[in-house]
Amino acid sequence: MKTTSRIYTALVFIFLFAPIAILLVFSFNESKSLSVFGGFSIKWYRELLHDEATLESVRNTLLLAVSAMVISTVMGTAAAVGIQKLRSKWLRTALSTATDIPMTNPDIITGISLMLMFVFVGRLFGLANSLSFWTMLIAHVTFCLPYVILQVLPRLRQMDPSLPEAAQDLGCPPLRAFFKVVLPEIRPGIVTGAIMAFTLSLDDFVISYFTSGAGFQTLPVRIYNMTKKTVTPKMYALATIIFFVILALLLISNLTDQNKKKPNQ
Amino acid sequence: MTGSGKMRRVVLAPYSLWALLFILVPLCFVAYYAFTDNSFAFTFDNILRFFTATSEVEGKQVYTYLLIFWRSLKLAVISTVICFLLGYPLAYFMARSSERRQKVMMTLIMIPMWMNFLIRTYAWMTILQDTGILNSALSAIGIGKLHIIGTESAVVIGMVYDYLPYMVLPIYSVMAKMDVKLLEAARDLGCNGMGVLKRVILPLSLPGVLSGVTMVLIPSVSTFYISQKLGNGKFFLIGDAIEGQYVANNLHFAAAMAFILMVILLVVMALMKRFTNKRVYGGGDSF
Repeated sequence: MKTTSRIYTALVFIFLFAPIAILLVFSFNESKSLSVFGGFSIKWYRELLHDEATLESVRNTLLLAVSAMVISTVMGTAAAVGIQKLRSKWLRTALSTATDIPMTNPDIITGISLMLMFVFVGRLFGLANSLSFWTMLIAHVTFCLPYVILQVLPRLRQMDPSLPEAAQDLGCPPLRAFFKVVLPEIRPGIVTGAIMAFTLSLDDFVISYFTSGAGFQTLPVRIYNMTKKTVTPKMYALATIIFFVILALLLISNLTDQNKKKPNQ
Repeated sequence: MTGSGKMRRVVLAPYSLWALLFILVPLCFVAYYAFTDNSFAFTFDNILRFFTATSEVEGKQVYTYLLIFWRSLKLAVISTVICFLLGYPLAYFMARSSERRQKVMMTLIMIPMWMNFLIRTYAWMTILQDTGILNSALSAIGIGKLHIIGTESAVVIGMVYDYLPYMVLPIYSVMAKMDVKLLEAARDLGCNGMGVLKRVILPLSLPGVLSGVTMVLIPSVSTFYISQKLGNGKFFLIGDAIEGQYVANNLHFAAAMAFILMVILLVVMALMKRFTNKRVYGGGDSF
């Protein structure tokens, strides 16, 4: 039984990593082919470093992801606090339904719906092209918000409600009580929500595709446009770099986790 | 306290306004575009076109968009079933292994999710090509070539590959919390392996399975990149059709198809909730 399960697990992981292994290998291909290996070379990495448009799209992606993360984390945390205190059942159901929509609707519908509104409103103001960094930012904040709220809300529920009350009884003004007492209690939820928002924004293609204009491209949209034409191993070089960045981040976060745990044991 | 009442309104106002402006109003725009023509006059034409437009495929007259929709639904359901069959045992084995191993496997499952899915899908294209790596390997061991790229199977492989983690993670998180004593108790009371699976593990993991099914079904029914790359453009899915109309700047027909897809998915989700209500969802809101 144990061996069967191990073999099965290994096979599924081989399936999951096969394309990744392939793009790692072919990013070092001397020739232009993506299926025949013609010798080792790092020329595609060198070419990538000189591809201004791709580097620009990486900067755009990071700028957008950080902005979307900050806005959705602040607004989402505030919203969670408000929802937690909400007594009106009607408003609670309405907000809950609205929050569910971006998570259950297919991305293509979220993207199309925002795009239609932007185009319509843009036309009212006489703009020929209304899609820009700002429309993308609105779209990204919109699909990140529900994840932040649903991460923070359970933390607020677990918190002892008498804590902020006690702080206020002892003379702490409400806002200060929030920052001194409530915020530390719900911090893990906020951090997870912020990380989720950041990675969702970083990786989003479909919604970005429909809400991006010609002037502002993110990396996934740029990759989409690149794969429309013939693809060189340059794109694999890019993917390889992303892979190692993710791996490094995961290793760092695992190591810091272990260091945190050790003193307690 | 009036003070806290005011504060509640202040902290909730930005999100309420945001949800109204950027979640609900855009959906109204989908309906508005779906039921109007280019000069924004009311019409049913876009919706009717979806249900009645025909074209010739291999000498036969077929309903163009109904066929596309049927194909999307079929491939999405097949992919979801395969994801479940592949992912369920994996989630079970993960939940039963040592804590250290669980952590490693979780990380391994999440790495592909964080890598751009366009590039990974593109890599599958080079694997499955007629002159690709899989066929070179197959002919090297004497099996001969398989024609996969451009078929419905290739699209299903791509969907299963891209969305398998979304099936595994929710099932795993439910199974990891499952009380091992329940399984032991079932065995002690004379239940055999299959019985434990059918009567204890499966019912307890149902919430995870349902959220896994939704998380795989919805993106696969609406994808357009996977079918463009692995289906060679021949296997148009509803996502391709919507994207194609968007590119051609036929926003009203694109909106009509998005509207129809949304309504159908809403009905499907409502039915799924109804069938499993109370026992799984507890019948409450997500808040």
